[in-house]
Parts: sequence; C-alpha cells; structure tokens
Amino acid sequence: MAFVASRPEPTLPAPVAAAGVLGWLRQNLFSSPINTLVTIIVLYAIYRIVDPLISWAFINAVWTGTSADACPDGHGACWAFVRARFRQIVYGDYPLDQLWRINVLYAIFAGGLVALMYPRTPGRKWVGLFMLTGFPVVAFLLLVGGVFGLRFVGTNNWGGLMLTLVVAVTAIVGSIPLGLILALGRRSEMKAIRSVSTAFIELWRGVPLIAVLFMASALFPLFTPEGVNFDKLVRTLLAFAIFSSAFMAEVFRGGLQAIPRGQYEAAKSLGIGYWKMMGYVILPQAIRHVIPALVNTCIGIFKETTLVLVIGLTDLLGVIQLGLSDTDWIGGGHIYASGYLFAGLAFWAFTFGMSRYSIHLERHSVSGKNQALQTL
Amino acid sequence: MNEAQGAAMIEIRDVHKWFGDFHVLKNINLTVAKGERIVICGPSGSGKSTLIRCINRLEAHQQGNIIVDGIELTDNLKQIDAIRSEVGMVFQDFNLFPHLTVLENLVLAPHLVRRMPRAEAEEIAMNYLGRVRIPDQANKYPGQLSGGQQQRVAIARSLCMSPKIMLFDEVTSALDPEMVKEVLDVMIGLADEGMTMLVVTHEMGFARTVANRVIFMDLGQIIEENEPRAFFEAPQHERTRNFLEQILSH
Amino acid sequence: MAVETTDDRVRNTSFVFWSSSKYRTKFYEVLVLGLLFASLYWIINNVVTNLNRLGIRTGFGFLKQEAGFDIGQTLVTYNEASSYGSAVLVALLNTVLMSLLAIVFATIIGFVVGVSRLSSNWLLSRAATAYVEIFRNMPLLLQIFFWYFAVLRALPVPRQSIAFFDTIYINNRGIYAPSPVFEPGFGIVIAALVMALGVAIALRRWARVRQSRTGQPFPVLVTSLIIIIGLLLVSAAVAGFPLSWQVPALKGFNYTGGFSVIPELVAMVVALSIYHASFVAEIVRGGVLSVRRGQVEAARAMGLRPGQIMREVIVPQALRVIIPPLSNQYLNLAKSSALAAAIAYPDLMHVLGGAVLAQTGQPIEVMTIVMGTYLAISLLIALFMNWYNRRSSLVER
Repeated sequence: MAFVASRPEPTLPAPVAAAGVLGWLRQNLFSSPINTLVTIIVLYAIYRIVDPLISWAFINAVWTGTSADACPDGHGACWAFVRARFRQIVYGDYPLDQLWRINVLYAIFAGGLVALMYPRTPGRKWVGLFMLTGFPVVAFLLLVGGVFGLRFVGTNNWGGLMLTLVVAVTAIVGSIPLGLILALGRRSEMKAIRSVSTAFIELWRGVPLIAVLFMASALFPLFTPEGVNFDKLVRTLLAFAIFSSAFMAEVFRGGLQAIPRGQYEAAKSLGIGYWKMMGYVILPQAIRHVIPALVNTCIGIFKETTLVLVIGLTDLLGVIQLGLSDTDWIGGGHIYASGYLFAGLAFWAFTFGMSRYSIHLERHSVSGKNQALQTL
Repeated sequence: MNEAQGAAMIEIRDVHKWFGDFHVLKNINLTVAKGERIVICGPSGSGKSTLIRCINRLEAHQQGNIIVDGIELTDNLKQIDAIRSEVGMVFQDFNLFPHLTVLENLVLAPHLVRRMPRAEAEEIAMNYLGRVRIPDQANKYPGQLSGGQQQRVAIARSLCMSPKIMLFDEVTSALDPEMVKEVLDVMIGLADEGMTMLVVTHEMGFARTVANRVIFMDLGQIIEENEPRAFFEAPQHERTRNFLEQILSH
Repeated sequence: MAVETTDDRVRNTSFVFWSSSKYRTKFYEVLVLGLLFASLYWIINNVVTNLNRLGIRTGFGFLKQEAGFDIGQTLVTYNEASSYGSAVLVALLNTVLMSLLAIVFATIIGFVVGVSRLSSNWLLSRAATAYVEIFRNMPLLLQIFFWYFAVLRALPVPRQSIAFFDTIYINNRGIYAPSPVFEPGFGIVIAALVMALGVAIALRRWARVRQSRTGQPFPVLVTSLIIIIGLLLVSAAVAGFPLSWQVPALKGFNYTGGFSVIPELVAMVVALSIYHASFVAEIVRGGVLSVRRGQVEAARAMGLRPGQIMREVIVPQALRVIIPPLSNQYLNLAKSSALAAAIAYPDLMHVLGGAVLAQTGQPIEVMTIVMGTYLAISLLIALFMNWYNRRSSLVER
C-alpha cells in the first residue's frame, strides 16, 4: 500500500469550461437556466434605459439657442439652456471683470487637491496645512475684496459652483475641529462636560438640516443685540458648520471607541499627560480608523449644500432653478431635465471622486503603509 | 490491505481541480475503505483542505471521479444532498451558529434534514453532548464556551446526523495548546468506535497512534502514502523528509 | 540591613492646588458650564429685548386660534375655520404618511438592490452597483426637483390625461384612481377575511407544533393563500359582490370623484424611496456579507438546503447587523422628508415654516414646534434601536 510519487505532476491549464472568456461567461452569466434568464432580462432593461437616454441626450439634443423656443417639446435634451447659463453656473453673479479672482481660487483649490492626493508630493504635509489654514484666508480675501485694492463684492453676488464650494469647504473645515472637541467632550470623564456635549450632539442630529437653516435665517437675528446683524451667508455657514460638527463628532467618537484601553493605559504608564496622549497616541490611530466614515460625512455635507437654495442663496442647483424660472426658458419638462441632469453630473463628479478616493485610502491603509493621515 | 477490509467508502480517481487558472489538485487517486482512518498532512497551500472539501462538494472538482458510499458526485443536487447528510465535517474555526444555543445547533440538521421529531433530536443531541463531555453547556450560546468546548460541540453537531464518514479540517489549529488534547481525545474515541475518518492535521502524535495511513501532499499532488510507522521512520521522498524535519524539530 | 522608612524617601513636591486632578476637573467643569450659561443668558436676554422692541407676541396661545388658510392634502377633517393646532396635526400626519410610504418602498427597493449586488450574475450585480453609485451620490433635493418639475409637472394637462384602462388618469395635477364604494353586505366579506386570517394563523401554529413533534414540514403559505382567497371569493359571491368602484370623471378643469394623490406627494415618495434605497442596499449587502463564509459552509456540510440555510443561518445573523443602521436610515429618511417644503408639499416644515410663521409672526414658538416634533420622532426611533440592540446582542463570554 505504500506509495511514493515518482515524478512531479505537471501543472496543466484549466479546462475551457473553467477558464478564459468562455469560462468566465459561463460562470458569471449563464451558469444555470435561471441565471441565463436574469442575464437576458437585465440586458433588455439596460437596452430599454440606455437606448432612449442616448438619443435624448446626444442624438436629438439641442446644443445652441437663446431661449426655450430653440428647444421645442418632443425633441431631446436642451443643452442650449445649460450653455446660456454656464457663466452663472460656474461664477454666480460675480462682476464680469473680477472673474479672475475666482479662477485663481479654482486653480489653487484644484492644484492643492491634486498635490494632496498624489502620495509623493514633496512637502505634502505643508500643502495640507496651507489648504486647511492659509487657503481659507486667501479665499476669503480674494472673494470679498475691499483690501489690497481689490474691489468689494457683496455675498449677494456669490453663486453657482463657487458658492457650493464655499459652503462645502467651510462646513467641512469648520466642523472637523469642532466635531473633534465634541467627541472628546462626549468621552470625557467629567460629567458636566459629557452631558453638555452629548446633549449638543444629539440635538443637532435629531433635527432636519433644512429646519436648522430656516432657523438661521428666521431666528438668528433675534439672538443678537439690536444693530448687530450678520450677513445671511455667514449665518448659513455658521449653521452648516455647527450642524455638521455633530455628525463629525459621532464619526470621531467611533474612532476613539475603537482604540483599545491598553493604548490609554500604556500612554498613562509612560507618564504622558491627557493632551499629549490624545495628540500623539490616541488621535493618530483613531483618525486612521475613521477615514472612510469621515469621507462619507464629507460627501453628505457636500450633497446637503444644495439646501441653501431653500433660504434664498443660489448655489449650483439654485442657479439652475433660477434659470429655469426665467421667462426666456419656460418650457417643457425636458428643459428642467437637462438642467438637473447637468447639475447632477457636476455634483456626482465631486461625490463619486471623494468616495473612490476614500476606497483607495482604505486599501492603502490595509497594506500597512498608511499615509492617509498626512492628507488631513 | 484496504481491499481486505471490504467495500471502498470513498473512491477518488484521477481528480483535477483548478481555482481559476491555478491548478490546485493534480491527478489525485485515493481509496478509503470503511472504518479506515487517514491523516493528510503537508505544507499550507498544498491542497489538502481542498481535497477533503471536494469529498462533500464544498468545492467542485473539474476532472476525474469522486464516489462516496456508491454515489458519484456530480452537479446533481439530490445526490449532493444525500452525500452531505452522510458525511460529517468539522472545521478549523468551529463554525457554530452564534445565534443558536448549543442544543439548537445540534438539533437543527436532524430536525430539518432528517425530519426527526424535535424531542427525539434533542435526546440524541444530549447523548452526544455527554459523549464529548459537556452536557451541562447545552443551553449556553457558542460565544460563552472556550475554543476547545466549541470544537467538541462542533464534533457532536456532526455526529448527530449519524454520518458514515467524518472529515476533520485542521480542527486543532485554532485552539490554545491546553485545549488540543480534549479535542483529540474525542477524536480518538471516535476512531476506536470504527468511524471512517479523514483528518487534515499537523498533530503527528495523533497520526502515529490513530491513523491507518498517512498521506503527504505538496503542490497539489500526493507525494507519499504509507502506514504511520514506516512514514515517520523511513520517509522515502525528499520533500517528505524535509517537511517532517521542519515539523518535528521543535 | 537598615531599611529606610518610606517616609524619608517620599519626594514631597510642594502641593499646589492647580495640580490636584480633582481641582482641575472641577475647574474645567465650572468653566464650561459657566460659559454655557453665560452665552445662554446673553441669547435669551437678546431675544427678550428684541421681542419687546419689535412688539412680537409670545406664547402658544395661537394654536387655538382660527388658521384661516387651506391645506392641499388633509388626512383628517380640516378647513379654513380650523385652528392652528389642527393645521399642525394635519401637517404632521402628512409628514408621517410621506415618510411611511417612502420607508416601505425604500426598504423593498433597497433589499432587492442589495441582494442583487451579491448575485453571482455579473451583469445583475453590476447593474445594482450602478444604481447605488448613481443615486447615492446625487443630492436628494436635486432628485426631488427632477421628479417634481421635470417629470410630474411636465405631464399633460387634465384634458389630455394619460389614461390606463379608462379608470386611472395621470396628469400634471396628480394621479386619479377609482375608489371603492362599500355596499350593504360588505360586512360578510370582511367577516370572512377575518375568519380566513384566523384560520391561517391557527394553521401556522399547528404546523409548527406538528413539525416539532414529527419533523414533517407542512406547506403553510400555499394552503393559507388558498384558504384566504377561497373564503373571500365564496363570501363575496354569497353577498352578491357588494363592492363597486367610483371612477374619476373629468368635470370642468379636473377630475373629480374617486381617489386622488397630489403630485407633490408622488414626487416626494419617489425621490425619497429611490435615494434612500441606495443606502438601504448598502446596509443589506453589508449585513449579508457580515455572515462569515464558514457559517454557510457548515450549514451546507450538514446537508441543509439553500432555502433552509437562508432562513435558519443567514437571515437571523444578518438581521442583527442590518437593523440598527437600517433604523438609523429610516430616521434620516424622516428628517430628509422636511425637504418637501421645497416643492410645497404640505408637510410639517412647509405648513409651519410657511403659512403659520407668516401669519403668526412668532418664529420662536413655530420653530420650537418643528424642532421638537422632529426630535421626538428621532427619540422614538433611537429608543427602539436601543431596545432592539439589547434584545438581540449575541451572548459572548
């Protein structure tokens, strides 16, 4: 019964049924009669959706024109509307001769993001620090003006993608430190601080953002002494940042909870004080844990910037909505659809990009060479 | 010798298997007689787990024949069901159902697959829990037990289906050293009762005392096969010798 | 071997009160609370001054006064002469109706899409992924606008309504469908239905006991359906089919009679369901994926069939993972339903933030009601979540 292999068995290619394109098709699309049926149904559904969509968006679309007359009913998309409104979509009502200021900001913003995402940028940390601290100041000075010989431009002229980004960036940049403080407060051993933080977080998490924005526009003036009045945009930004900080706090709390007690104990046994322990030991680990959740929250904030149109600010979607109610462009549903589809794609490009980047970071951190922290 | 012991319980003939383009089992031939106890060893990635997982069709082979208790394994679902209820399997990481109590874990398959009345299934379950010496844990949840206890529950769970063949896939690898013995003791007890067993393990002491045959696999093929004494004392193939040196040196 | 007494070796740093940990804790606490109360006092003071200065009334007395405006969709009796209080109730019910409908549809779509993402069929799982990535990444408000302005408001005028079987009409004013009219004798049918349901429940219980005793399963679902449908048909025949339909008819500028749904509700329910379904799908996928592979392998090795594995092993374990984030998603849905105000669906936010605020001019009271109601809804869902987590957490060592 004893047996000894006399030669190594050769490694053979897999039989056709299991490998190659045919094997893949068989396994993934036609492995059983039911599977085949599902494949056919899905293919048909895709055909029924994609075919009319292509003829609507490209083949029958109207690309030029100055009013709704160019886009009669029964035709395809009305890209002429988007073209006519393109400047407002990108710059809002910013004075024509001052558009360069926004262009400069777009350039810094895009350049900074690219530099941050590319892992081998020299001095990446400093770029990150600049984007978090210097950039907001530069942006504020450039957009508002009134100094260095720049013409003052009131916030009522702000709009479009520019305003969307202003709201999103302010809310995100403002809510991260505030959320961190709240999260630490919620896990504090001091009862009063813990209760205040918890109540604050749960209050904002329990109400709709639209109600908060409404409150900022209707109630805020009552909260300040007579004569002190904030700009509507400032109130909105403040409300947005506070509201978002409650969600950020919960994200950070999740990360803090994931750190085992031993880490705290090890730090304390080395004689490290609370703030140093948090800053050098706990938070660096906690933030690494929560990057996906953090990005998700940022995506949520970005999408919710659209809500500012409800209180009369004209963000990207607001500009579209305003344009659609222009008498020149009153028309059928296809004009609306074109406007929304364009705005949707613009938003989608940002949010989808963010979510892909977060997945990339996650994979990166699993491999152990995590540099994600430096991007923050 | 195995022909003398009677009808073959498992017959594996010229079996090949691929994971995608990776050739994981190469021309495997193995016959297991009723009551035989076979230990399969080999370095990780040698295909030993894949081989025993083919026997109850957790993995499908692409060439060759596997015949278990006279039933050939094909795509036929009825035959697969029939074989699975006759072949018990115990896993490295227990795979007890965490949402069911120990007793419910044991009763599930006899009640649903064998359509046994619940009371009868519970009686059998308690009987097996007694045999693995943890009847007092019947109403606890798996999460409340130690690793060794969980693995003994897993063995009892397989036995409740009164299988003709038991497959053990590195069942002691995830256990703390002091718990290995309690699980091996249960397996030795089973062997003494004449159960047909295929055991993938690195426990060479167990192989020496319990196995009828030891099989060494590497790179997807069976390299050497012998009765334990000869296998350990006079390994023929160079790779077997290397492997045994590594595993027995500490 | 003289041992030094410990006393000699204690390094006694001079005790300063600010390095006492107890004192520091108290100091921070007092500081935070002090700042909090100071700012609260400042705000309240400002509010009182401003209210006096502007001559704004205070108090919730307005709730009993006549509202004087109409609401486009009312689930309970309401007219212009009703009070502000009943307007709030009507608005709340509209919010609840919209949220519940959207929750039901979002759950159904979400489960289908989530399970499809896990399908072994490549095309189906890719299609489901595309659904999730498209709808999850676009702002909800934009989707609401799309369904309302680009789809529903663009439908033909009532005179050119799209008709289905000449009974259901769809136009830019809403959806019009026949409503049932119950004639005498319908009670018999209802009685039969109740009886059939009772029988089905009893049958289910009996089948369980029997399976437990003998191990033999019983086809409960099919039998129950046969009994229910059979009894309904028989009883309806006996009573002479005591049900007729009131079909909507075009009168003047619109359809009257029958059952109608305003387009704002349709747009909200469609947008909320589709948007939130993409999140539900991810939750479901995560839940199913959280069940370890070995669990399914062990069940298969024991000879359980796919349906049994689903029912006995995967679903009970996946649900524990799914339900907490799912209820959180329901909470998000309920909160995001306040966006209805943007297309003037008469929900809580729109009625209170619109007409009620404009007419009473009491923003503090109005916003308190709005915020308080949403907080109460959030609290209810949170309570359920805690209860469920306590009940279902796995027992561990």
